[in-house]
Amino acid sequence: MTCTPVPPAHRTKRLAEMATLALAAATTLASCSGSPDPTPIPVASSPRPGSAALPPSAQQGGQVTLQSGWAKAGSGMTAVFGTVVNPGAKDVTLLGGSSPAAADVQIHSMVKQPDGSMKMTQKQGGLTVPAGGSAELTPGADHIMLVNLHSALVNGGDVSLVLRTADGANVEWTVPVRSFAGAEETYAPEDHR
Amino acid sequence: MTGVGRRTLLRTGLLAGGAGVGALAVSRLSDATSAPSRADEEPPPPAHPATMPFRGPRQAGVTDDPQPFAAFVGLDLPAGATKDTCRRLLRVWTDDIDRLMAAKAPLTDLEPELAEVPSRLSITLAVGPGFYDAAGLVPHRPSWLAPLPSFTIDRFDGHWPQTDVLLQIRADSPVAVAHAQRRLVVGAEPLAVQRWVQRGFREPLTSSRPGMPFRNLFGQVDGTVQPRTDGADDALVWLGADGAPAPHGLAGGTALIIRRIAMNLDTWDRADRVARENAVGRRLGSGAPLTGRLETDQPDLRAEDELGFPVIDPVSHMRRAMPAAPHERILRAPYSYDEAPTGRQRSNSGLVFVSYQADPLRQFLPIQRRLAEADLLNVWTTPISSGVYAVLPGALPGEDLGAALLA
Ligand code: HEM
Ligand SMILES: [Cu+2]
Repeated sequence: MTCTPVPPAHRTKRLAEMATLALAAATTLASCSGSPDPTPIPVASSPRPGSAALPPSAQQGGQVTLQSGWAKAGSGMTAVFGTVVNPGAKDVTLLGGSSPAAADVQIHSMVKQPDGSMKMTQKQGGLTVPAGGSAELTPGADHIMLVNLHSALVNGGDVSLVLRTADGANVEWTVPVRSFAGAEETYAPEDHR
Repeated sequence: MTGVGRRTLLRTGLLAGGAGVGALAVSRLSDATSAPSRADEEPPPPAHPATMPFRGPRQAGVTDDPQPFAAFVGLDLPAGATKDTCRRLLRVWTDDIDRLMAAKAPLTDLEPELAEVPSRLSITLAVGPGFYDAAGLVPHRPSWLAPLPSFTIDRFDGHWPQTDVLLQIRADSPVAVAHAQRRLVVGAEPLAVQRWVQRGFREPLTSSRPGMPFRNLFGQVDGTVQPRTDGADDALVWLGADGAPAPHGLAGGTALIIRRIAMNLDTWDRADRVARENAVGRRLGSGAPLTGRLETDQPDLRAEDELGFPVIDPVSHMRRAMPAAPHERILRAPYSYDEAPTGRQRSNSGLVFVSYQADPLRQFLPIQRRLAEADLLNVWTTPISSGVYAVLPGALPGEDLGAALLA
């Protein structure tokens, strides 16, 4: 039920294709995330549970953590997986964000195409993590997408990202980068409604 | 359950896990048949945890009783590897090993169920001479971390050469070994690339005393005379034990020698039991020296038979392997191998000989020299590969393996 495996022969072509698509996606981020302001969020130096400058509601979103998080090594476009945990009393919705390593950070999900194949696309309305609960980010399902990497992410390295929540908080996560054979999903930007 | 039976069960995680599953199944059944009294029922007892600690000043898998299944994996660093490559490799493996030994799946594992059966899994990481080249640490390389001299008995066929890194993976379950091996090798790419795998096995339940003698495929009791693993002989095994100076970054580590030794079962078949026992100087049944009754009896090297010949042959394996000086002792943890024969071979069997010692040059080399010079066992045995590695010290909480070496 997961992804569309891509034969190695097509990979080079696909990567180039993906980069173009990713660029297209990045330029349309403002419209599909519903945010009027697509400017990147500066990276905080350490994870923080919200900040004094943010409204009280932001404290909720700032509490979510990523457990057993990791990013797939690679170039062009790659994904972050793990378990997002929300210890707070209110649901938190992750909308997207930024990373010093990539042009854009998006929330993706896998959607069945008319031909029956599974393709990834931006998740409408973001990823909601229930109060006191968690949400799984796994290959072949919901994931965080790092779009247009500035340089390749290498096995054994680190990547940090900042995610913006619907209530205006920023959460910063740093995750290890790992080699991974899966998560070769095909991107379907035309699915953006 | 008898005391012995219970201990045996607890010793093997596979059985312990199995017992837990059985208990669960039984309790489910009784749930179904006696639904009304459900609230009074006690929850099923948890499966016995059978995991080995990963965090600590020394790695697991050296002085621990060898688990019945093992894989030794030789890997090389890629061309152009640097200290950064080494550091990232050890970072990835530290996290993966930490999780696997706790019976948890590594981060990228899509078959977590295979990792979650506690099987007394131990994963021990060792580095070869090439690791020091890549890391720019050549001046710190211990003098013993180099290929052993070649011996006249050696017939290396190039299949299992010295590599830059070695993973020793041991467990009570072959599934746990296979899964850990696959995840560690795949997860390390492209920071390290697998060159070879040597699989081995031993009998799990034939021995209950430290040192874990087992029966090799010649039918011999192997592993009788060993340094003590309770701390008394630490200086023979561990680097930096008893205040002895350790090579840079290796205090708490040890030296590992791995030699693949073919055992010719076809020619062994032609030897009668008298000849076989004479070749080692010990009895096949009990493992006792030919001059004694019990496995633990001291051999009497001066005893003579009616004709005046020594009872223990001066060129028997035991006689030649015995220490000529008190420090000539090594901790052996060999595994049998029995691979599918190729061509017209009838069997492809032998020993993955593995020993740990603080100083291979002082401890191992004199023994191997004597054995190469003269040893009745050489009629049937042939070394076909050899490797020397430095087992890294353990990783303390929050630390990566090799932290002191790469500092
Ligand atoms: C296929 C190869 C080998 C076989 C089948 C074999 C078998 C045995 C057996 C049956 C014993 C007697 C019981 C015991 O104390 O464990 C023994 C002892 C021993 N072996 Fe080996 N062995 C092999 C290779 C080696 C090698 C390569 C070395 C080291 C260079 C070695 C070193 C020793 C030592 C140190 C002892 C104990 C001697 C004593 O102090 O009594 N063995 N081996
Ligand atoms: Cu995606």
